[in-house]
Amino acid sequence: MPPAQSLDADRPYPPIGWLSSGALACVVVGGIILASYAPRVAPLSLATALLCVAAVLLATAGALLARLRAFSWKTFGNVFKWALLAYAITSGMIEFAFVRDHTRGASLLLVTLMLVIFALSVPTTIAFTVARYADLD
Amino acid sequence: MDGTATSHVVPSSPTRQKIQVVPLAALPIVGASVLFVALSIGFNWQWGLMFNHVVGGGLWTGIDLFVGLVIGPILGRLSIPTRAEFSARFMPKMVVIMPTVVMMTLATGFQVARNAGNLLASSPNHAWLIVSFCVVGIMAVIALGVLEPANIAVLYEMNKAVPNGERIGRLMKRFIYTAGITGIMQVATLIIMTRLASR
Repeated sequence: MPPAQSLDADRPYPPIGWLSSGALACVVVGGIILASYAPRVAPLSLATALLCVAAVLLATAGALLARLRAFSWKTFGNVFKWALLAYAITSGMIEFAFVRDHTRGASLLLVTLMLVIFALSVPTTIAFTVARYADLD
Repeated sequence: MDGTATSHVVPSSPTRQKIQVVPLAALPIVGASVLFVALSIGFNWQWGLMFNHVVGGGLWTGIDLFVGLVIGPILGRLSIPTRAEFSARFMPKMVVIMPTVVMMTLATGFQVARNAGNLLASSPNHAWLIVSFCVVGIMAVIALGVLEPANIAVLYEMNKAVPNGERIGRLMKRFIYTAGITGIMQVATLIIMTRLASR
């Protein structure tokens, strides 16, 4: 038999990973819409709507995460910080490419906010998936 | 990868070494790649952009297809201890390699497309380019939202004193569910990119 703590780790959790992955999917679709219009100015309404949905999904994931009690926060924090570093670098590179390619104004603001969501959602999904199966602190 | 692990506990020897989830020795190579990509974009260095995009994209597609079509089926037929030992050595390398080649490909791809004129709506390649954005988008969501979290969770599970084989098998089933989609997307990428380059 596995240890009691491991059995406990297999209990159902709120759909935090799905919510943060949903946020990722929204910003990816928004990014495709913006990129497909470049170098012209893209219609911003749909991309803005997707950004808002992504922000709501990620905020919901964060709120559900904050309510968890029996959870390995130490593991979550450890994985999250390193994943955040990696994806902040990746986001920075993509942002740099957009700035270098003359994306400006509202389009650049949208791209930046989408990359912020991207840089937060991936580490959230990774850290949650690891920590939910980790032994409790 | 086959995730049909049936034993509850992965057999472990007392001398089993702790897995280094991120191989630190590889980080200087990652740093050099990031610097190379940044300089190529910053100076609009045509050869650097093309090198990063073609080499990164080629490795991304090649590794994905090789792992999905060759390594995965072989792994599925191995015994669970052998599979666990292979994964413990293989997955940390993938944790470093895949994000690096994806970053090289995506960060430079936009500028390569712009310099080639493919971003212009009037370009005959524009529609193909949009399709490639969609293909990459699907692969990114699968890789970052499904596969990478499972990959790292498996490594953490294997580092426990008593790894739970059933849980590892369950996490690794994600590879089977997504391998087909990723494979189709990578073949589509090969068709789109060779078509773009030949027009």
